[in-house]
Amino acid sequence: MWDFLGDRYEQILFSGWQHFSLVVQCLILATVIAVIIASLVYRSKGLTSVVNSVSAIGLTIPAFALIGLLIAPLGFGVTPAVIVVAFFAALPILRNAVVGLSGIAPSIVESARGIGMSRFRTLLQVELPMAWPIILTGVRVSAQMVMGIAAVAAYSLGPGLGGFIFSGLSRSGGANSLESVLTGVIGVIVLALILDLLLVGLGRLTIPRGIRV
Amino acid sequence: MSERNASTSPAPSAASTGITGASILLDHVTKRFPGQVHPAVDGLTMEIPAGKIVMFVGPSGCGKTTTLKMINRLIEPTEGRIVVDGDDVTEMNGDTLRRGIGYVIQAGGLFPHMTVATNIGIVPKMLGWDKARIAARVDELLELVSLDPALYRDRYPKELSGGQQQRVGVARALAADPPVLLMDEPFGAVDPITRLRLQDELLNIQDELQKTIVCVTHDFDEAVKLGDWIAIFNEGAQLEQYDTPERILGDPANEFVENFIGSGAGLKQLTLTRVEEVGLADAVIGNPGERAADVLARVAEAGHGHAVIVDDRHRPIQWLSRRKLGRLDLISAVPDPKLPVVGIRATLNDALDTMLVSSAGAALVTGRRDMFKGVIDVRTVMDAITRSQTAAVLESDKAPVGLNTGMFQAQASAAEAAEAELIGAESSSAQSSSAQSSSAQPIEADGSGADARAAQ
Repeated sequence: MWDFLGDRYEQILFSGWQHFSLVVQCLILATVIAVIIASLVYRSKGLTSVVNSVSAIGLTIPAFALIGLLIAPLGFGVTPAVIVVAFFAALPILRNAVVGLSGIAPSIVESARGIGMSRFRTLLQVELPMAWPIILTGVRVSAQMVMGIAAVAAYSLGPGLGGFIFSGLSRSGGANSLESVLTGVIGVIVLALILDLLLVGLGRLTIPRGIRV
Repeated sequence: MSERNASTSPAPSAASTGITGASILLDHVTKRFPGQVHPAVDGLTMEIPAGKIVMFVGPSGCGKTTTLKMINRLIEPTEGRIVVDGDDVTEMNGDTLRRGIGYVIQAGGLFPHMTVATNIGIVPKMLGWDKARIAARVDELLELVSLDPALYRDRYPKELSGGQQQRVGVARALAADPPVLLMDEPFGAVDPITRLRLQDELLNIQDELQKTIVCVTHDFDEAVKLGDWIAIFNEGAQLEQYDTPERILGDPANEFVENFIGSGAGLKQLTLTRVEEVGLADAVIGNPGERAADVLARVAEAGHGHAVIVDDRHRPIQWLSRRKLGRLDLISAVPDPKLPVVGIRATLNDALDTMLVSSAGAALVTGRRDMFKGVIDVRTVMDAITRSQTAAVLESDKAPVGLNTGMFQAQASAAEAAEAELIGAESSSAQSSSAQSSSAQPIEADGSGADARAAQ
């Protein structure tokens, strides 16, 4: 095992970094998309329940199947990987963003409007900052989930640690196959922990003391 | 609107009277909510004079809050015009309008993720003030609402008590120095003692600033205490009586108003006399750090029983009896939290309450920014009660202009009543009778308004 790691540590670090970077970029993309969608729908009861159902049903789609489906139109490579990871990342964030935005006391929104903030300014300066702790919780859940999904995305020859897992599994029983799989799996777990710590730190920095629990 | 007001509104009025408020006119304003048969506000015409406090009272669901929110167009009127300071604001941009009108809701409506300073500075920031000016304004306003800027500037709303949050809410509403302040049940969420203090403070602030304040409340005593004018609403924002507290108590326009005032109207006269109108007794004043013996000597010389200790801003912090002074060596600067204090614009009712709660038999009176003014005792209050009971009726013709032109609404509800009769008896009998009775009342109310004009 140590030999395996020693021989390939550069490759492992590079794949790990690619994996991490894929997940973080997809998370950012997913957060932006989810917050925009949530901002558009949270004031309508009907749309909110549609969005909630979509995010619940979306999570039941097997990641592997979705990648398989996307390879046909998009081919192998980074594009299908990014789409799949961002798609799954967006679902929990979307749900939390809708919950967070609709959970703000109407009196707060009224007082924002009452002192002359426009609808958009109210959203930007009052509602989103107040919903941010809940949105960030969604981002953390997403981050954990899509670390694993990003590994699956290696099936479409996307970047990341998934390569070790798939190559190990395909040579099951062969030399270094177990080491390869273990490297991939443990690497994903370590990255997940690091990212979670970073997100906790982000929360510390971005959530004002007034609404910290 | 803010710019326009800054340039136009204070100039003509402020020069002569110190009033910084603007008059408001609701001109045949109607609000129909979709899916409701009866309009929430039905053809209301109402003048709100500049620099006065007008209280809207009435049973819940009577449309008083809707009426208030139509002034800053948080709720858009279906028909009619809103005129602020002579300008028709019905068509202007709502956000711009609202930046020029202060708005206070229950519990302050502060933004929990912003500090006190950010909360207060938010409207000036939207108006494009520079940072230094905003910071100076924030401190000025915190002083005005009796909060120490150094202590409270950087706190978050959750680190404040309910009363303090409410004060910050008022400070925020006043931040850009708007001519009009709208308050929606502002003191509903605080305990009774804090409420009295906040009411006193509002009166002191108003004394200083002379804004036009429109305030919704369900508490008639609060209306009597705060209001220069009280508008009593019935369902559909039917104006039952719009008059001074004295006249509403002394001469209720109709049965509805009588019922609304409730029993004990005689005792409510107590709420008509303000502490400032009765004689205050002087007190011996001491400062923290003085030797108690010196203060005691002054107390003995003046023949008093107590000395009032005030801080560097002349706010009372302790009230020491001779015996306590005798035991002390140096006078400390620690404020006594249970000090019986009433504002100078508080009513005798409040003063009596405060005395009874503190069992002191007297209370300290404070004026602007909580500065010590004098002492009021039970005997003064009792004398005033006796006097006010005999004088109550005589005051009635003092009422100035500011009336409900209720003609439109009387016609409208008369038409409604006729319609209801046409539709059929089975469902509408109760409705039509209520409509008829209410159609009769505004005419009466209008009549009394005309009387008031005639009397002038």
